[in-house]
Amino acid sequence: MALGWIWTGMVAVSVLCGCVTGKMEAVSAAALDGAAAAVELCVGMLGGMCLWMGVMELMERCSLAAGLASLFRPVLRRLLPRASRDEETLAAVSANVSANLLGLGNAATPLGIRAAQRMAQGCGGVADDELCRLVVLNTASIQLLPTTVASVRAACGSAAPMDILPAVWLSSVLSVTAGLLTARLLQAVWRD
Amino acid sequence: MDISAYVVPFLLLSCAAYGLRRKVDVYGALTAGAGNALGTAARILPSMAALLSAIYMLRASGALDLLSAFLAPLLQVLGLPPEATALMLIRPMSGSGALAVGSELMAQYGPDSYIGRVAAVMLGATETTFYTVAVYFGAAGIRKTRYTVPAALAADLAGFVFAAWSVRLLMDR
Repeated sequence: MALGWIWTGMVAVSVLCGCVTGKMEAVSAAALDGAAAAVELCVGMLGGMCLWMGVMELMERCSLAAGLASLFRPVLRRLLPRASRDEETLAAVSANVSANLLGLGNAATPLGIRAAQRMAQGCGGVADDELCRLVVLNTASIQLLPTTVASVRAACGSAAPMDILPAVWLSSVLSVTAGLLTARLLQAVWRD
Repeated sequence: MDISAYVVPFLLLSCAAYGLRRKVDVYGALTAGAGNALGTAARILPSMAALLSAIYMLRASGALDLLSAFLAPLLQVLGLPPEATALMLIRPMSGSGALAVGSELMAQYGPDSYIGRVAAVMLGATETTFYTVAVYFGAAGIRKTRYTVPAALAADLAGFVFAAWSVRLLMDR
């Protein structure tokens, strides 16, 4: 639904701006060009996506995610001390984080939801501090291999599609840190 | 020689070797995942076509330039390239929309240009915030989300600023 508004808004602004600047001919051609570019992009991405989704499937079948999950338990115990007392919640959160890290979005979301549901029990529809923290953690992406983006770069003819890795890691870690710090600060001043 | 050139080949080798040692059907896993990629590409193509049409129209009409020029002074303070304005605005709202805008930037400026790299790192370092918040709190039956959205948006903004900064720091020759 929201996208319907966004799409209509983008077209409305284009039409309005095109009228004012007298570039309507270009706007008209651009509508078709954009659709054609989407097909080109998806076809160009397909090779990279085939390779990387194959590797991810392999990682999943090797139960690499489960191994990673045990690494995160100590950190998560400190981040979510109350929720961690429940062993099943802690297991779901650490599996959620490691699936996110491996870029297994389809696996990560149900795990995170299960954890959120357990944490929300008996809080009467109001998110407590730890639940806020869990969701902030999930809205900030930390991904070891940003495969979709790398596939787009490959489709655009990048010389080394994966050379953005260090920059992605650094900015992801800093972004998550900033999110958790902001949550901590707001926790102290927030009045419901 | 760049270290990142070693990452992909060694990753492929170590995953496959580890899989063999754990007696996983390595080749079957690779092809099964690749098969799923076909479905994923088919799923994103319709929304990419719709969104890229709208974005190309926005660019052709001059609206994107106008928006960038309007926000440029503010972005300059944060060290953000004004070309990425539309990407940053749509990122928290729509994942496929952000992918469409970002890939358009990479195609227009080149994937190995400063703008193209910043767009790629921005996409890799942030998430579709509003979607995630809606899914998690919706499933958990939470009505009062308190400070989650501002904190998550702060993480996004930090991700954008640090994306531009880390590309300048780590990748500009």
